[in-house]
Amino acid sequence: MTDALADVAPPRIAATSRRFRRPGWTIIPLVLTLGFLYLPIGVVVIMAFNESGSPFHWSGFSTQWFSSLAGNQGIMTGLSNTIVIALGSTAVSVVLGTLLAIGLYRHVRSGWIDALAMGPAVAPDLVMAIGLLGVYTTVGLTLGLHSVLLSHVVFGTALVAAVVRARLGHVDPSLEEASRDLGASQLTTFFRITIPGILPAIIAGGLLAFTLSLDEFVIAFFTDGPATPTLPIIIYSMVRFGITPEVNALAAVLLLVSFVTVLLAQRLTGVGSDE
Amino acid sequence: MTTLVSIEHLERTFGNVRALDDVSLEIRENEFFALLGPSGCGKTTLLRILAGFEQPDSGRVTLGDADLLGVPPNKRPINLMFQSYALFPHLSVERNVAYGLEREGRPRDEVRQRVADVLRTVGISETASRRPAQLSGGQRQRVALARAIVKRPRLLLLDEPLSALDRKVRGEMQLELKRLQHEVGITFVVVTHDQEEAMSMADRIAVLQHGRVEQLDAPVELYEHPRSLFVARFIGTNNLFAGVVTAGGVQVEPIGWMPAGPTHLATGAAAYLGIRPEHIEVVDEGAMLGGEVIDTQFYGGLSSLAVAVTGRAEPVIVTQQGVTRVSRGTAVGLAWDPPRAVVLPA
Repeated sequence: MTDALADVAPPRIAATSRRFRRPGWTIIPLVLTLGFLYLPIGVVVIMAFNESGSPFHWSGFSTQWFSSLAGNQGIMTGLSNTIVIALGSTAVSVVLGTLLAIGLYRHVRSGWIDALAMGPAVAPDLVMAIGLLGVYTTVGLTLGLHSVLLSHVVFGTALVAAVVRARLGHVDPSLEEASRDLGASQLTTFFRITIPGILPAIIAGGLLAFTLSLDEFVIAFFTDGPATPTLPIIIYSMVRFGITPEVNALAAVLLLVSFVTVLLAQRLTGVGSDE
Repeated sequence: MTTLVSIEHLERTFGNVRALDDVSLEIRENEFFALLGPSGCGKTTLLRILAGFEQPDSGRVTLGDADLLGVPPNKRPINLMFQSYALFPHLSVERNVAYGLEREGRPRDEVRQRVADVLRTVGISETASRRPAQLSGGQRQRVALARAIVKRPRLLLLDEPLSALDRKVRGEMQLELKRLQHEVGITFVVVTHDQEEAMSMADRIAVLQHGRVEQLDAPVELYEHPRSLFVARFIGTNNLFAGVVTAGGVQVEPIGWMPAGPTHLATGAAAYLGIRPEHIEVVDEGAMLGGEVIDTQFYGGLSSLAVAVTGRAEPVIVTQQGVTRVSRGTAVGLAWDPPRAVVLPA
C-alpha cells in the first residue's frame, strides 16, 4: 500500500489540493449525522401530507389535514393564545432587553454581572418554571395568559439583552460622541444613532425570543391557567391519546414559521457583523 | 493676533496618572495649532476637554471671553474630527454631513445647499449618496472633515487626523488640510504623535510630555532651539552629548571640549550639547571631533554617515547633500558652526 502510493505519488501540492476536492469516505458520517438530525422532522412533514394519516403506510398526497386543522376549534384557540403570548412577550422583551444591554454596556465593568443578566436565557426551563410558579403563588398572582406572558418576558429579555450586548461591543463608541459634538441632545443621539446602530441585533433578538415563546412548553405548562391553554399544551394533551394527523400538519406549520424566523434572525445578525 | 482659546492651569488625574499637570496655553484666532507628544502625554485628554467629553479636575478654559467648561458638548461652537472618523454607518455621506445642520433646525434648502458646498470644498461631491462602508480611507476622512466644518465652528479639533491613511494619501491630505484651513478660516487644533506631521502643518506646536507643556513654539524654533532634552530628542534627529557647561561650550568626558552657542545655564551645570546631523561638516582642518566612518547611507538627495567616536556608545550621525565622497572605514574630522550647537539642561 505504502509502496504503491509512493510510486504514483504526485507532487505534494497536487496531492493536497486533490484531497480537499474529493472528500472520500468522510462524506459518510456527514450524511449520517445530518440524516439523524433531520429524520424526525422529515417524518413529521411527510406525515402531514399523507392522505391516510398513518405513519405506517402512504396512501397519497393530500392537504386535507391542513383544512381539518383549520376547523379544529381547540387548536385554533391554542394558536391564538400562543400568538398573543409570543407577540406580547416579544414586544416587552425587546424594549427591556435593549435597555438592559445598553445599561450593562455603559455601566457594568464586571463580567459576572454581565453573565448574570443572561442567566434566564440559559437556565433550565424546569428551574425557571418552578421558580416562576413559586413567585406567582407567593404574590397571589392569578394564572392565565398574563402569567405565561410574564414568564416568557423573563427569558425573552435575557435573550434580547445577550444578542444586543454582543452587538454593542462592535459599535464604535465615538459615534455617540460625534452625534453630541454635532449638536444633538442625548435623547436625539439615542434614537438617531444608538438605536439604528444596534437595530439588526434588536430585531434578531426579538425574532429569537418570538420563536422560543412560540413552542415553549415547560414554563407555560407550569404557569398557565386551565382556561387558556397555549398551543404546545393543547398538542401535548392531544398526543397523550395518540398522534393525530392534524398534529403533524400543525407541526409542519410551526416548523415553517420557526425556520423562517430563525433564518431571518441569522441573516440580520450576519449582515450586522459585516459592517 | 487675538486669542481665541485660553487654557489656564488645567489639571486632570486618572487614578494615579497625571494626564494634565498645570497646563496653560493660548490658541490664537485662525491659527493651525498642534498638540504633539508621545502616547499618554495628555494631548488627547486636553482635546476631549476642549470638545466637552472630559472635565478637568481644576483650571479654566475660555473661548473668546466665555467660560467653556460649563457648556455641554452639543452647545459648544467647536467640532471634533474623530480619529476613527466616527461616520454614522447607517446614513449616506450627504446625511452624515447634514446631521449637524439638521440639529440646528436649519431650513431644508439651506442644509442642502451648504452640504453640497462643503462636499465640493473637500472634493467628494460624487460620493454624496454612498454609505461610509463604500468609501476609501481618504474619502472617509474627507467626509469626516466636511461633517466637522459644515457647521462653521469657531474651533475645529482634529484627533490624529492622518493616522489611518497610508503614506501616500497622508502627504496629500497634509497639504489639503493646510489649504482648507486657509480657505475656511477656522482655527484648527490638531493632536498628533507624528512630529513630521505637526512640523509640516502647524503654525505653532505645543510639545507635551507627562501632562506638561515642554515647549510651545513655531516649528522652526522647536527644531533649531529646543529648550529641553525631550524636545531635542523628540523632534527630528539629534546628536546629543552629556557633559558640563564651560565658557563657550560643553566639556564632554572623555571626548573633550565642544563649542556651542550661548546658554543661560551656569558654568559647571550638568548639560547636554545637541547638534543636528545637517549642521555637522566633514573637515580636513580644524576638526572639533574625530572618528571613523562605520556606515554610509544614500537617500537620493541626501547621504547619511554614521561616525564612531571613541568614548561614545552611539555613532554620531552626519548628513550631507548629494552623494558622499567619504567611504566606510575612513577616519574623518567633524566640525560645526558653534552657534548651531544648542546647550540643553540635563
